[in-house]
Amino acid sequence: MSTVILLVVTGFGLGALYFLIASGLSLIFGLMDVLNFAHGAFLAIGAYGTWWAANFLPGAGPDGLGFLLAVTFGVAAGTLAATLVELCVIRPLYGRHREQILATVGLSLAVPALIQAVWGADPLTFPKPELVSGTVSLLDVHIPRDRFLLILAAVAVFTVLWLFNSRTRYGLIVRAGVQDRAMVTALGIDVRRSFTLVFAIGGAAAALAGSLGGLYFGVVTPTQGLSLLVFAFIVVVIGGTTSLTGCAIASVAVGLIQQFANYYTVAGLGDIAVVIVLALVLLTRQGGLTSKKSAERVA
Amino acid sequence: MTNGPTAPAGPHGPAEVPGTVTTTAVPVLALENLSWSVGGALIVDDITMRVGEGEFVALIGPNGAGKTSLFNLVSGLTRPTGGSVRLAGTDVTRHAPHRRARLGMGRTFQTSSVFGDLTVGANVGLAVQARTGESRRFWRPASPDGGAGATDVLDLVRLSHRSDVLAGDLSHGDKRKLELALLLARRPRLILLDEPMAGVSAGEIDELTTVIGDVHREQGCTVLMVEHHMEVLLDMADRLAVMHHGALLALTDPDSAMADPEVQAAYLGDGA
Repeated sequence: MSTVILLVVTGFGLGALYFLIASGLSLIFGLMDVLNFAHGAFLAIGAYGTWWAANFLPGAGPDGLGFLLAVTFGVAAGTLAATLVELCVIRPLYGRHREQILATVGLSLAVPALIQAVWGADPLTFPKPELVSGTVSLLDVHIPRDRFLLILAAVAVFTVLWLFNSRTRYGLIVRAGVQDRAMVTALGIDVRRSFTLVFAIGGAAAALAGSLGGLYFGVVTPTQGLSLLVFAFIVVVIGGTTSLTGCAIASVAVGLIQQFANYYTVAGLGDIAVVIVLALVLLTRQGGLTSKKSAERVA
Repeated sequence: MTNGPTAPAGPHGPAEVPGTVTTTAVPVLALENLSWSVGGALIVDDITMRVGEGEFVALIGPNGAGKTSLFNLVSGLTRPTGGSVRLAGTDVTRHAPHRRARLGMGRTFQTSSVFGDLTVGANVGLAVQARTGESRRFWRPASPDGGAGATDVLDLVRLSHRSDVLAGDLSHGDKRKLELALLLARRPRLILLDEPMAGVSAGEIDELTTVIGDVHREQGCTVLMVEHHMEVLLDMADRLAVMHHGALLALTDPDSAMADPEVQAAYLGDGA
């Protein structure tokens, strides 16, 4: 029983990490038809930005409010990077899917290489604030505290995204744009502004995933974003691109499946189990778990 | 393909162009030598035409004649390879679609394009906000019913009783009406309708025709419409623009257009 609880909480924690990455990917793909392979780069920028700020930024530090400032710095760096990438790389390539893939894959390789050139390929020890160090006892199970922080952060991001989606003018434009971009434009709305905004939001969430991933894994490496990105893409496919809830459910499902399969079978089988689930979803529900339609427009 | 109409015998004969609107005012839409080619193939071939204020022009032609391509050029979805588009005197040839919409051009698409996951009210709300919210008020909340303005537009297209229904659950004819409502929320001067009757059940066509007629007459919208239902067109249109192989074959009143030997040849030739 105690193992199950530990696996569930850890699975949720991992799922939270996936959600932070996948929610942005899914928004970007849903609205802009852009497969953003550079998303892992935003994560790496968030992680290294936080690490750098905690060590070198005046006022920031590895603990308490200083750490909060470091995370804020990392997230701001990731958001800025995402905004610049949208404006300078994605925008000139709208509708040119092959070029977009090449450009974003290029970025996904170039950014880790750049980071490696500056800080080296070796894992760097990530600061761990007092508050999230150690474990919490839950029904006699010792659960690492950082898992709860991850889950809390993901719930907070989910809430903010949900409020943005349902309560703001831009959220309405984004929801409508996901369904029919040409018609949104025909109504006189400059949908490109929403594109930049969605990219920035996605970049912020990914950068936060970078900071929190540093806590979860204890270290940061230049290629951390790449490996997490693969699973985030699987989450997007399983969850569909039209619903935030679908994305959240798929994130948790993938996290849990991975944890349980790795523990109860051979370590490493968890990844394969996730791919099997992906195949099953693709065979039975092509638009993902929450999809209702697959209509396309030929304008 | 026998999808064109059989040309009427033309009892009125090729008369003295009675349907032509000869206003001296600036035309709402003026196309000058508009062309579009892709990979050497000329899809839209040197089209020059003017549509006057309050006019109803129907664009017809066999499938593949370039009607939708012309619409895409006019609304800005594609950039022409030659010529110009003027909207009420303003050269909009290089304007993005949303800027043309802001200047008073609305369009619908062949496939109905309402936002299916939003309610009818929220659909119109989005359109109303698109007009009123162009200031950069970022966090302005989206009112669920679209607020003032939305009800009027829904009344116009006779959909106000369905405001809370998800747009995706509407019948095809009602979706078409909702599309019109979305356009009207912008208070356009010119609307481009791309086959609004396509896929609409026979029973709904009459009502949709009435609604389009209301929009044209009561709202004073200038209309350019692609349609295959000739009986609808002949009733509504002031002029017919006939396209064939990307070029404009005729632009005159419906009777003269249908009596034109070239037009008949285009239709019968393609249908044979």
